[in-house]
Amino acid sequence: MSEAMSSRANVLEIQNVTKRFGNLVAVRDVSLNVAKGEMCAIIGPNGAGKTTFFNLISGFFPPTSGAIQFDGQDITKLATHERVSRGMARTFQITEIFPELTVFENVRIAAEVAAGYRLRPWINRTEVAEIHQRVEDTLKLVSLETKTDRLVGELSHGDQRASEIAMALALKPHLLLLDEPTAGMGDQETYQITQLIRRLHRDSNYTIVLIEHDMRVVFHLADRICVLDQGRMLAQGTPQEIAANETVQAAYLGTAA
Amino acid sequence: MSSEQTRKLIVLAAIWAVLLLAPYWMVPLGGYTALATRVLVLGLAAMSLNFLLGFTGVLSFGHAAYFGLGAYGAGLTLKFLALSTPLALIAGILLGGICGGLLGLLIVRRRGVYFAMVTIAFGQVFYYIAFQWSSLTGGDDGLRGFSRQPLDLGLFKIDILSSANNFYFFVLFCFALAVGAMGFILRSPFGRTMIAIRENERRSRFLGIPVERHIWISFTLSCFFMAFAGALYALVNNFADPRGLHYSQSGDFVMMAVMGGMRSFWGPLLGAFVFVVLQDYLSSMTTNWMSFVGLLFVLVVLFFPRGLLGFLQRSKA
Repeated sequence: MSEAMSSRANVLEIQNVTKRFGNLVAVRDVSLNVAKGEMCAIIGPNGAGKTTFFNLISGFFPPTSGAIQFDGQDITKLATHERVSRGMARTFQITEIFPELTVFENVRIAAEVAAGYRLRPWINRTEVAEIHQRVEDTLKLVSLETKTDRLVGELSHGDQRASEIAMALALKPHLLLLDEPTAGMGDQETYQITQLIRRLHRDSNYTIVLIEHDMRVVFHLADRICVLDQGRMLAQGTPQEIAANETVQAAYLGTAA
Repeated sequence: MSSEQTRKLIVLAAIWAVLLLAPYWMVPLGGYTALATRVLVLGLAAMSLNFLLGFTGVLSFGHAAYFGLGAYGAGLTLKFLALSTPLALIAGILLGGICGGLLGLLIVRRRGVYFAMVTIAFGQVFYYIAFQWSSLTGGDDGLRGFSRQPLDLGLFKIDILSSANNFYFFVLFCFALAVGAMGFILRSPFGRTMIAIRENERRSRFLGIPVERHIWISFTLSCFFMAFAGALYALVNNFADPRGLHYSQSGDFVMMAVMGGMRSFWGPLLGAFVFVVLQDYLSSMTTNWMSFVGLLFVLVVLFFPRGLLGFLQRSKA
């Protein structure tokens, strides 16, 4: 890692995490630091432990050993919703949305929870206006402003993905975790989502960790690439370093090409 | 105002007009005022259950326990503590609601079928207590020897014991309070988190909602509303029945909610209306009335999965 990067504050610091399911070791002694404003991509063959690793970061289950720090605080034992309220947001490989609600309603729930209103029996006019503004701004960011009143379940796959990202963004996260944002998409949709993620990174300066299968997307977007294989961290480095790495080519890129 | 909002207001006004005038249209149609009162009370119970089932997406099969506790709370207060209808109602609400809130702490740790099983188990505990503790509850015979008291408004008293109409309007007033509170909660940010949990629990968690805590709050609120209905039911009958705590009674409430339409706010009231009127009508002809209600239930679930009201709304649109 370059010195310029390590001098920046780390949003996420993962130290030697291991996750066992019975005899299976899904993630083995993996460490990773993500600096503020960085875009880090995790790649690896199927079954490499990428999604398990994501689940450890987002608190789906606790690691068997190791520690996770977020914004300088230990979050290893925190529940998912506590990690979210500290500024971590996540999307899923299979889109997790509220299909029977409108685009607006989907994002409004996120905005209200993020504003700390989740237990409120009522909110006043100013607060309602603020929430509406936030929802509209977020929808504009993901180019869904013309579809606010549509049911999310009736949108195209790409727009459902964008809605899920909008919900994550409405939380105003310090760290955005994207699990295969282009999974199951055609070329056109992949291009749009890639442009969106790039805007979020370059223009809005979000810190992003993403899992991705599409190598064009990964090499196009990421500042740094981490390669997982059989639960281990095989290599990490800039796209150029990873492309030149022989171990990686043997394990993964060679077979994919 | 959009035409959608106008339409909603008209529908709402129509519902309240029908309810306000019920004593005047039910009697000419061959009903009687006390029947309308029963519809309101059991409708409130079904709507309370649906607050949890339809809007949080969690099925409780033991809600009759909190209905029954409300009834015993009101009955015992009138019999042993104070001859006051409002106090009896408050005691019933507190007894059922607090018991529901405490047990809810344990119940919300489970989900799906296990949640339903645990609610049945806890519900049955209260049934056996009411059944066995004869000296206090009257056991199998139920709690007797109390009656609703006139409402003392300072300047004048309202007789709700002998005047069926007065009592109906009193119950309608209570119903409006409870239903208004439910509607208010459902339109709040908290209410929207309930719907979020119903729609997608995982997404809710990943938006930062502590799902178990929100389900517990919803469960507890639903128990308070349920206990209110139960306390009113004790006043309707001047009697509290241990069978009102039994899980088969819980099943009746689930049936009313599903039959009427559990995704709609008013559906369970329609379900209760159909259930109570059919029961009243059929039980005068056959002791086997439940098979007819059951048959109707099966038909509704098979052909109108969104319930009667869901079907009516769809065919209008």
